[in-house]
Amino acid sequence: MNRTQRVITENFNTYKVEEIDKYIQNGGFQGLKNALEKGKDFIIDELNTSGLRGRGGAAYPTGKKWNGGRKNHADVKYVLCNADEGEPATFKDRELLARDPYKVLEGLAISGYTFGAKEGFIYIREEYEFLHSKIRKAIKLAEENGYLGKNILGTGFDFTIKVFSGAGAYVCGEGSALIESMEGKAGRPRMKPPRIGVVGYMGKPTQSNNVETLAIVATVLKMGASNYAKYGTEKSIGTKMISLCGNVKKPGTYEIPFGMSLREIIYDIGGGIVGDKDIKFLQLGGVSGPLMPKQYIDTRYTYEDLEGKGFGIGSGAILVADETKSVIKFLESVSYFFFHESCGKCTPCREGKRQMKKLLNKMSQGTATTKDLKNIEKISRIMTDASFCGLGQTAATAMLTAIKYFSPELCSSIDEMKAL
Amino acid sequence: MVNLIIDNKEVQVPKGTTIIEAAKKIHIKIPSLCHHPDQTVKGNCRICLVENEWGKLVASCSTKVSEGMKIKTNTKFVRDTQKGVLELILANHNQDCLKCDRNGNCELQNLCERFNISNNSLDENIVEAHEIDDFNCSIVRDYSKCIKCGRCADVCREVQNVDVLAATNRGAEYEFIPRFDRKLHETECVFCGQCIKVCPVGAIYEKSSIDQVLTAIDDEALHVIVQIAPAVRVSVGELFNLEPGSITEGQIVSSLKRIGFERVFDTNFSADLTIIEEGYELIGRITNGGKLPMITSCSPGWINYVEGHGEDLLGHLSTCKSPQQMFGAISKTYYAEKLGIHPSKIFTVSIMPCTAKKFEANRKEMNSYGFPDVDAVLTTRELGRLIKSQGIDFANVEEESFDAPFGIASGAGAIFGASGGVMEAALRSVYEILTKEELEKLEFKEVRGMQGIKEATVNINGNDVKVAVAHGLGNAKIIMEEIRAGKSDYTFVEIMGCIGGCIGGGGQPIEKTKETKQKRMDALYSIDSNKEHRSSHKNPTIIKLYEEFLGEPNGHKAHVLLHTTYKARKL
Repeated sequence: MNRTQRVITENFNTYKVEEIDKYIQNGGFQGLKNALEKGKDFIIDELNTSGLRGRGGAAYPTGKKWNGGRKNHADVKYVLCNADEGEPATFKDRELLARDPYKVLEGLAISGYTFGAKEGFIYIREEYEFLHSKIRKAIKLAEENGYLGKNILGTGFDFTIKVFSGAGAYVCGEGSALIESMEGKAGRPRMKPPRIGVVGYMGKPTQSNNVETLAIVATVLKMGASNYAKYGTEKSIGTKMISLCGNVKKPGTYEIPFGMSLREIIYDIGGGIVGDKDIKFLQLGGVSGPLMPKQYIDTRYTYEDLEGKGFGIGSGAILVADETKSVIKFLESVSYFFFHESCGKCTPCREGKRQMKKLLNKMSQGTATTKDLKNIEKISRIMTDASFCGLGQTAATAMLTAIKYFSPELCSSIDEMKAL
Repeated sequence: MVNLIIDNKEVQVPKGTTIIEAAKKIHIKIPSLCHHPDQTVKGNCRICLVENEWGKLVASCSTKVSEGMKIKTNTKFVRDTQKGVLELILANHNQDCLKCDRNGNCELQNLCERFNISNNSLDENIVEAHEIDDFNCSIVRDYSKCIKCGRCADVCREVQNVDVLAATNRGAEYEFIPRFDRKLHETECVFCGQCIKVCPVGAIYEKSSIDQVLTAIDDEALHVIVQIAPAVRVSVGELFNLEPGSITEGQIVSSLKRIGFERVFDTNFSADLTIIEEGYELIGRITNGGKLPMITSCSPGWINYVEGHGEDLLGHLSTCKSPQQMFGAISKTYYAEKLGIHPSKIFTVSIMPCTAKKFEANRKEMNSYGFPDVDAVLTTRELGRLIKSQGIDFANVEEESFDAPFGIASGAGAIFGASGGVMEAALRSVYEILTKEELEKLEFKEVRGMQGIKEATVNINGNDVKVAVAHGLGNAKIIMEEIRAGKSDYTFVEIMGCIGGCIGGGGQPIEKTKETKQKRMDALYSIDSNKEHRSSHKNPTIIKLYEEFLGEPNGHKAHVLLHTTYKARKL
């Protein structure tokens, strides 16, 4: 049974970007109208009821974040839509920007209103260059129709949006690195505190949200939080966009209610494994996520169920690997990704990844020793505990979970052990 | 005030204090590498980690204390992680300690000792690093030892305002290099060497001239002489465990003699010479409406800076050579004549607190009738190494005096090494020459001390003459902007490239405490007060030099030998 939903994705395949009137006909910008009419307290209440948590991966309650943000006072404030979507295996934001751009703009406008900003930015990764002009066009049309610009809907609320392009760095998905990049500097994370909500773009408070989060804000404010809350489970309310990929027959972006099991997702929605092979492992939340062995695939896809077992939702990516895939080769490509993307500023991440690449290379060639494996584990822990930012802190997650669940396979690559 | 608990002990500190500072109150020294007391917090080495009450590690250099905070600095988790971070640094660090300039004086070595790291547990030590930059004559950047702390870029940008270094590239290729991968000599680098002073390891050091000097000493055909700068004699003792400010003039002379220098002379002497030439130049400009303010020209770091950033102001510079160069010029002419040795057979060495002096000595215009004024420059640090390498027990060796005819110097010459020293020396002579009266008080205390820009007003013949003293290129820039804006009403300005003046130079022993520079300065003023002659124009050897050889101050011969020209530095 296919339990995919069309709540966040309700407008997919219903309009082209030039056809703003179709968007409006389908109830577009109603969320913004409700928000401006009913005011900030209403918006916060609705978000709290909706249980919405940041969909970029940090999963911080959006209502709480926005309520706190109201208190950051400054002469100028900004809001930001983080469309860097650099996490490998994640492509849901791409679909939202391509197929329902106005919903994202609407969410950003609501964010601007609540935070007290007159200007918002969408930072789109350079690799999505094919979407940049589409978003710019959407902004222009929205302005022409009075949904952006001065005195929106006659409420006195001024708000404009500008598109910024990334330049090909995964680390710029991290909020403070993204802002450094917007300021024209090298994209390296800043020291916190102060958080970017207090000192952000050009030193001004900047509230940053993921694309999906903003799309849900617009959706919730349109349909009502209690309606949205009919989906999902008690602790994981609503629906989630997932990027299902890997060795499944039907990879793609899907919207599911929280609470489906991973087995359902892979087999009912994904059509099962290509060639009807067996599953070996999943990686949840992108390349910085944990490896999950197949014995857990009956776990429900919710924050509490997954976190309880030491996993997580992260960005919403679900990568499926079949029985023929080598964990070691997989880890080698993971380590190569982080080696390439580390900004280089702090010792554990820069040097840790330099050493990990060498060691995983050895493992992949079959020339690693027991000492090498011990060092891999040690370096992984140091990277996780001592790195300056989230990139370094999560880069070793895959490796550490592999050590926990796939130890026999890892040991099989060790020289001394082969002789046994 | 904030109350917190560190290692089960209660601590009370002002709000805004970082954990690493708070720990000092209970005498705990949390290990660190990128942290530097005079710079902004960086938080990138990740050695200064401590454990908070939720079992998470936080960087103590960048985390401020909060009420009721509970911190542990020495749990197994903390120690193991710190050790692991250190091993990661070592895994990509050139561990050739035995040959390194900083062997025994290296912050990384100190940490390894503290953590009892016997060998690199990460197996191979193949270092991936940028190619070494030893293409200029003053400073070497050895990237195989760099730990990417960023201190060098910080001092170059924030203090010296030269800004040639930046964090470049991504990931494993992250390095602090000049932009567009240029070599140092292809940038605006002024070779002041302040980067060397803040580097925690041996990644930056001066280009050594020790071999060149020893080869000259061993060459029987060459007559090798040496001059010592004012600042060296109050600093080199620190390399032999003496207190900062220990005056070791006599020991330096006797050590240099044992090493094989035929004559040992005093740059303080040529400092007096510089005062005569510069003093008369200033008087000339005041009387004849020349370009004012006139700015001193004895600091080569400053000269490099103004040639690169202030070509519009070159006319303000005194045309006088520095004391180092004036000495060299006299050594190849007057001295050569006196001894009957051909200048090509004289090898003049100088011992300087400065790395830019190596660049200055190499300038093509710094020659006298075709012979280079100075043939080789050694820094104070190199002097220490040279003395140690020959087994001389510096602290206990018997003292000797400088040689004639360049061994007598006034107190004015002695204080050149301190910021404000050149100004004070100049005022002592200019005042007496212009007023034809004796100064009642020879000390000009308003121009002394560590303040970035100092001012004074001296009444000479009924006119108020305003002077200023600046040290550190960041402060030099402020003076330059004032002159450009037409707001400067100074007559004479002294500018030193390094904070504190030469005693804080790029070739000096790395200061161990905040008081080191002041102690070195105090020692210079004490040498001054104990001198027989306190003013340059009273130095009998100087008077003799003019009578026998130079003729008039600022005269033709003085101009040929003791003055120079400047050119804009184009890249």
